[in-house]
Amino acid sequence: MDFISILSIFVMACFVGYYVVWSVTPALHTPLMAVTNAISSVIIVGALIAAAAGGSLTAKWLGLIAVALASVNIFGGFAVTARMLAMYKKKER
Amino acid sequence: MEHTAPPAWVMLAYLISGVFFILALRGLSSPATSQRGNRFGMAGMLIAVVTTLVTHDVASLPEIMGAIAIGGGIGWVTARKIAMTDMPQLVAAFHSLVGMAAVLVAAAAFLNPGAFGIVGEDGLINPVSRVEMGLGIAIGAITFSGSVIAFLKLAGKMSGAPILLPLRHVINLGTLAAILGLIGYFTVDQSPWIFWTVTALAFLIGFLLIIPIGGADMPVVVSMLNSYSGWAAAAMGFTLHNTAMIITGALVGSSGAILSYIMCKAMNRSFISVIAGGFGAEAAVSSGEAKEQRPWKRGSAEDAAYMMQQAESVIIVPGYGMAVAQAQHILREMADVLKKQGVSVKYAIHPVAGRMPGHMNVLLAEASVPYDEVFELEDINSEFAQADVAFIIGANDVVNPAAKTDKTSPIYGMPVFDVDKAKTVFFVKRSMGGVGYAGVDNDVFYMDQTMMLLADAKKMCEDIVKALQH
Repeated sequence: MDFISILSIFVMACFVGYYVVWSVTPALHTPLMAVTNAISSVIIVGALIAAAAGGSLTAKWLGLIAVALASVNIFGGFAVTARMLAMYKKKER
Repeated sequence: MEHTAPPAWVMLAYLISGVFFILALRGLSSPATSQRGNRFGMAGMLIAVVTTLVTHDVASLPEIMGAIAIGGGIGWVTARKIAMTDMPQLVAAFHSLVGMAAVLVAAAAFLNPGAFGIVGEDGLINPVSRVEMGLGIAIGAITFSGSVIAFLKLAGKMSGAPILLPLRHVINLGTLAAILGLIGYFTVDQSPWIFWTVTALAFLIGFLLIIPIGGADMPVVVSMLNSYSGWAAAAMGFTLHNTAMIITGALVGSSGAILSYIMCKAMNRSFISVIAGGFGAEAAVSSGEAKEQRPWKRGSAEDAAYMMQQAESVIIVPGYGMAVAQAQHILREMADVLKKQGVSVKYAIHPVAGRMPGHMNVLLAEASVPYDEVFELEDINSEFAQADVAFIIGANDVVNPAAKTDKTSPIYGMPVFDVDKAKTVFFVKRSMGGVGYAGVDNDVFYMDQTMMLLADAKKMCEDIVKALQH
C-alpha cells in the first residue's frame, strides 16, 4: 500500500471515529475508555512481528515484552469492560 | 528491497478486524447493545492476532504464547479484582502500558527494520517510515510517562496538588520543539543517537506535562492520554501498513479527544488552560481568606425522611464524595423505600461527577441503580423547578449557583444543576468547613429552603432509611 492509500484510510477512520464516539451515551463513557484501551492494544500486531522475526535478538526481546504488556491490556481491558457493562440494568417490572 | 505486498485475504482480515472495532464502539450507544459491542471488539482482536501469527514465520511461538499468558493472566485477574471506585487509576495504568508497548515496538522496528519491511533500496530505513517511527516512539513515550504520573496522582500515591516548576512553559515548548526538530533531522540522518534522544526527551516531556496539572483536572488528563495512546497505535500502523492499527488508532484518538472536549466544556475550562496546568494551586490560596459567617439550617435524618415521604418527586445529585463514603448501595436502598411509597426518584449526573468521564454512572450501576433512572445534566436540569426535593450527596461545585451569577468565581460559566429552584434542598456533607475542588463557598448552603445534613454520607443514608421505615 502506498502512503496516500494509508493516509486515506486514516482520515476516513478519524471521521468515522468522530461520529461513532459522539453517538456513545454519556452513561457509558467509562466503559468506552476501558474498551478503547483494549482495542488500542492492537499494537500487539507490531509486537508479534518484532517477537517473531529473526535477525536481532534485542528486537525480539523488546517485541516479547511488548506482547506481554499489550496482553495485559487486551485481557484486562475487555474483561473490565464486560464486568462494567454487565452491571447496567433496566428497571425491573 | 521493497516489502512484498501481503496476500489480499490478509488485508481483508485486518480490515474486518478494524470494522469490528468500529462496531465495538457503536454498540456503546446504548447499554442494551453494549455487551454485544464488547464481543465484537474481542473478535476483532482475535482476528488481528491470529492473522499476524499465521502470516509470519513464527519461530518463537512458545515464547510468544508465554508472553500472552503472563500478560493476559495479570490483566484478567486485575480486571476481576479492581474496585469500581479505582477505575480511573486502572485506566491510567492501562494507558501507560499501551504507551510502553508502542515505544518497544518502535524501538524493535528501528533495531530490526528488515522484519517490518521498511528498508529502502539503499539499505537505509525509508524516510517516511523514519518519521512514523519517530512520531510513534515519541507519542508512546509521552503516553507512558504522562500516564504513570496520572496513575500516581489518581491512586493517591503522589499529591494531587499541581507541581509548578519555574519557566515550565519555556522548558515544555523547548523540549517539544527539540523532539519535532530531531524527528525532522532523522529523515536525512538515521543515526541511533537521534532516535534515542527523541525517546528520552519524549519520556521527559510526558512527565513535565502532567506534574503541573491538579487533581481536579485529572478527568481531562486521562481522556487526553487515552487519545495519545490511540495516536501512538496509529503511527505504528502507518509504519506497518496495517489497516486494523490505523483504524483503531483513529477511533481511539478521536474518542479521547472528544471526551477531553466534553470534560473541558463541563468545567468551562479551555483545553489550553488545563494543559498549562496549575488549577487548584490558586484555589488553595483563595480559600485561606477569612469567610463571613452566614446563617444556615441544620436538618436531621428524620427531617429528610419526613420531607421526602411527603414529596412527589425527589432528584438525587450524587458526587464523588458519595463514592468515597461507599454510600451508593444504601442510597439506592433509600430510593427503593421512597419509590415503594409512591415517590418519583431520579438521579442527576454531572459530566464531571467522579474522577473520569461516566465514572458516577458506573458506580450507580454497581449499586444496581437502573440506568433509566439516571439522567444527564441537560436532560434533567429543567425538572428541578418542579421537584419537591433535591438531595445532594457528595457533590458541591456542580450545584453551585455562583457558576451562573458570580463572574469573579473560578467556576463561573460551568454548567451546574439548578438545585436552587427545588422546593426543598437537602445537602449531605461531612462538615461546613470543607469546600469543593474549586475551593469556593456555595450559596446553596445558606438558602431558606436548604437543610444541611452534616454527617458521613453512608451513615446519613442509613439513618434516613431507618426513619423512613418507622
